[in-house]
Amino acid sequence: MADTAKNTDSTEIKDKKERYKSGVLKYAQMGYWDGDYVPKDTDILALFRMTPQEGVDPIECAAAVAGESSTATWTVVWTDRLTAADQYRAKAYRIDPVPNTPGQYFVYIAYDLILFEPGSLANLTASIIGNVFGFKPLKALRLEDMRFPVAYIKTYKGPSSGIIVERERLDKFGRPLLGATTKPKLGLSGKNYGRVVYEGLKGGLDFMKDDENINSQPFMHFRDRFLYVMEAVNRASAETGEVKGSYLNVTAGTMEEMYRRAELAKELGSVIIMIDLVIGYTAIQSMSEWCRNNDMILHLHRAGHGTYTRQKNHGISFRVIAKWMRLAGVDHIHAGTSVGKLEGDPLVTQGFYNVLREQHNPVDLPRGIFFEQDWGDMLKVMPVASGGIHAGQMHQLIDLFGDDVVLQFGGGTIGHPMGIQAGATANRVALEAMVFARNEGRNILAEGPDILRAAAKWCKPLEAALDVWGSITFDYTSTDTSDFTPMPSVSL
Amino acid sequence: MRNTQGTFSFLPDLTDDQISAQIQYCLDKDWAVGVEYCYDPHPRNIYWDMWGNPMFDLKDPKGVMMELADCRKVHGDAYIRLNAFDNTRAVESVTLSFIVNRPKVEPTIRMTRQEVNGRSVRYTHEIVR
Repeated sequence: MADTAKNTDSTEIKDKKERYKSGVLKYAQMGYWDGDYVPKDTDILALFRMTPQEGVDPIECAAAVAGESSTATWTVVWTDRLTAADQYRAKAYRIDPVPNTPGQYFVYIAYDLILFEPGSLANLTASIIGNVFGFKPLKALRLEDMRFPVAYIKTYKGPSSGIIVERERLDKFGRPLLGATTKPKLGLSGKNYGRVVYEGLKGGLDFMKDDENINSQPFMHFRDRFLYVMEAVNRASAETGEVKGSYLNVTAGTMEEMYRRAELAKELGSVIIMIDLVIGYTAIQSMSEWCRNNDMILHLHRAGHGTYTRQKNHGISFRVIAKWMRLAGVDHIHAGTSVGKLEGDPLVTQGFYNVLREQHNPVDLPRGIFFEQDWGDMLKVMPVASGGIHAGQMHQLIDLFGDDVVLQFGGGTIGHPMGIQAGATANRVALEAMVFARNEGRNILAEGPDILRAAAKWCKPLEAALDVWGSITFDYTSTDTSDFTPMPSVSL
Repeated sequence: MRNTQGTFSFLPDLTDDQISAQIQYCLDKDWAVGVEYCYDPHPRNIYWDMWGNPMFDLKDPKGVMMELADCRKVHGDAYIRLNAFDNTRAVESVTLSFIVNRPKVEPTIRMTRQEVNGRSVRYTHEIVR
């Protein structure tokens, strides 16, 4: 704990007359800082990375964050006395300087369960990220992690199908699923679009996918797309004997229109539909409810998240978005690749995967997980790795993420020199060969390139893929890394 | 037509040594392995016939390999697959499933289109020998 905790200015005023005199008090004096508070098992906990304006006392600033994300207003109000205000106030209870980052602090805040409506992400977020991010004494603020009590988790239904049910419906086990995004994302007619879907699925992919901004534009009405895509999906099924799917993006301007599009997808026999994160939390919860009632898998594209997840000093960490989306009830979510073209430190990305797929998350600072989390048997979300990945990275991807992940090779499938089917086959062969080798006990991280080259000897499409992309890497420094020291006490 | 259901259908057909190594992987994880066969590899034929129950508490892949050999003797022209079951809480499902025997001539699948409501089509699939 920082020394300033003992500053009397930051102590809650217990004398009621003093405390409720009209005027302005410090947030800490109003009771939003309590360095001795021991969080209850039923509290919701949040960890913020806080950068106060120069000259602002960190403890007072932490108290203000607690206040502005719970009951506080800028001045004392007597009407507080009509309520059990002591319990409604969120409490900042711990503040640690961020290691090696002057001016930034990790602030722990506890919220009583009564502050939140059951099963409403909109209500939760209206408090936790509602007003507080624009608060003037702050230079910047980032929500790094949250801990939900099981009692709160149980007010959400969670994923509509989850990893296990999805695999049973698709009859695909023991390996990552394989997908690709249909490209170009804009401009293809419905008929041309379906062609790409057919070629990819027949060649060996499990899924094709609409892109986030393909909805119902002049060049391709959604009905046209759905009809042609389902012809392609069914034909590919007949050619391979496998269950196949294509994420039909039902994102639209109104809930009514999204339901209409989802109904058409169901009527045509699709196993999966898709939505974009930009439709909003309530819309996502509604679509999850629809999917649960219609045996549909729900794929979420995290369109827009980079605007607030990427910069380390301000916004929301994607691990929090991942937790919220597990509560909201999506079955798939894009969660990064580490090795591809988009942002993602390997450990931090594994942290996202862990909160989506595990039943219990221990504290894991290198992976950015600050709180222990018991998921109360909530179903698991299938993470999706997409963006600039190719067959030559198969060993790294399987080593980083294991089996429960959808690997999406868009450009790596459609851009293949021998055609889309060959591109799909190359990826499927690389995937199966790598899982097979891993199961045989081989060290795939060390032997991966050899395993791929051996398979390429009998698989021409894989040979061609390795020749074109084998040496492509995206080695840029990550902006979103975790800040921790192995011994937290050293940094205090 | 090569039916590509199962975890390793894009690889060349597996040798018995290779099959054995995959079984060992499952046993090391304490998964039960079962033998199943079918003559109707429809994409949505979920319940293949079981060649006995999944084998629990097995240490040596030979136990499964013997059952597989027996199954092949009787159903040599069927599809045969090995399924591994994981009883871990929150999994409790199949965790590996791969084909280890195929008919000499694999059947094809015929897709039938039934035109309904304007341009909508109902699709059904049927195995054709």
